[in-house]
Amino acid sequence: MSGVFSPSRAKIAARTLRTDRWWLQPTITVAVLLSFIVYATIRAFEAKFYFAEPLISPFYSPCLTAACDTKASLLGQPLGNVAIFGMAISPALFILIFPLGFRMTCYYYRKAYYRSFWQSPPACAVAEPHATYTGETKAPLIVQNGHRWFFLAGLVFNVLLTIDAVLAFRNESGQWGHMSIGSLVLLTNATLLWLYSASCHTCRHTIGGRLKHFSKHPVRYKLWTWVSILNHKHPTFAWISLFGVALSDVYVRAVSSGAIHNLYFF
Amino acid sequence: MARTLKLRIWRGDSKDGGLQDVTVDANHGEVVLDIIHRVQATQMGDLAVRWNCKAGKCGSCSMEINGKPRLACMTQVASFPEGETITITPLRAFPVIKDLVTDVSFNYKKAMEIPALVMPAGMKPGEPRMEQVDVERSQEFRKCIECFLCQDTCHVIRDHEENKKSFAGPRFFIRIAELDMHPLDILKNRKHTAQDEHGLGMCNITKCCTEVCPEHIRITDNAIIPMKERVVDVKYDPVRWLGSKIRKREGIV
Repeated sequence: MSGVFSPSRAKIAARTLRTDRWWLQPTITVAVLLSFIVYATIRAFEAKFYFAEPLISPFYSPCLTAACDTKASLLGQPLGNVAIFGMAISPALFILIFPLGFRMTCYYYRKAYYRSFWQSPPACAVAEPHATYTGETKAPLIVQNGHRWFFLAGLVFNVLLTIDAVLAFRNESGQWGHMSIGSLVLLTNATLLWLYSASCHTCRHTIGGRLKHFSKHPVRYKLWTWVSILNHKHPTFAWISLFGVALSDVYVRAVSSGAIHNLYFF
Repeated sequence: MARTLKLRIWRGDSKDGGLQDVTVDANHGEVVLDIIHRVQATQMGDLAVRWNCKAGKCGSCSMEINGKPRLACMTQVASFPEGETITITPLRAFPVIKDLVTDVSFNYKKAMEIPALVMPAGMKPGEPRMEQVDVERSQEFRKCIECFLCQDTCHVIRDHEENKKSFAGPRFFIRIAELDMHPLDILKNRKHTAQDEHGLGMCNITKCCTEVCPEHIRITDNAIIPMKERVVDVKYDPVRWLGSKIRKREGIV
């Protein structure tokens, strides 16, 4: 008997005496994150309908294998033909580890999935079901300390997806000066990803959080105050940027598969 | 009297105890501590409750109200719907002494384990000067009233008694952060001891401490996560380590 049922503590049989719907938030989190995981997995393995000039899905950019359309390969095709047992590996599988790692080690998402999936704890003052707990001190969770490396990788992807968004201001023949719904979709996606990265706790630390003397570094202090404002909204940016990525892919897939036409404003 | 309240109050000691039903009148504007005092005065003369300022500044009347760690003096009766039974128990992370009073000495032992501010040698009283921007950062942490609600709700010790040996808890992580961010603090191994001796790595940042803080200190965002990042700087970041060797910055020591 441990935790709230320890011998020295008040003898209360209930795991929690909370009367509100504390289970609602973790339930919603599980539902939304599972939906995204299932959708992203299907799309990552689908390996088609990810490019419709000038649009490319964020799940497949940069497209690095020989299986990609050359116009979709912003950085070329350095990986060439990659196959296992004669089956080509989807180009998405080579790149998704980086944005996935960034989100998996994100301080906000950690809270979200520790609570909802691992129930550690499921909600505040609700006893968790685990007999022992070591937190992030041992493998594999000690890897969470590598968040800054995934943050840097995420910045590289932000740059690439921003370039994709700029390239989307062309028409299907590659001529500049056009704007479509797809252009706005990719631009919105890139913007949301930048906001998510800029509001990150690691970004806040790097910009100025590690300083002992704010007064000796006025520029970094000013930047830190701006990032701190964004940092307040980090959970919001985490969610809407996740939806942004998924919806961008849905749109590109719909255009690429011929389900809809990419409507041009001019 | 504005309304009649149904209460369930935990009564007992470390050996045994249980919830007892009470019905009591409540006036407009009263807080739960007022109601407990009325119960004490009219029905349970020996009900034990710790309290002091009745203004949310002493941190004495910490307890759990409908399962949530709260200050009884800052919990309005009007915040509960008409007809709802209010359940009042002692803090469930600490040993109970009697009724609503718990033994919070764990926290004082942990406080003694945190190394104090170490200023540069030769600095005399009255000499230290700080810019306002440097003061502001740690001033947030100085708002702590030591109610220990954050300690009570932290699942690392609430749900795992055995972790009390190696985990200081959120209240003391803000103390460590305050000292580590202090411009005049020169203690070099504070980040290492935060991780290795005070259990910073056991925190999985689920933010319950921030949710229950009556002073609205952003414990997780402004103290725990910045300290985790500072620990990464000195323990898990080879680039920073290299930088510390080349530019003589603080690194792995």
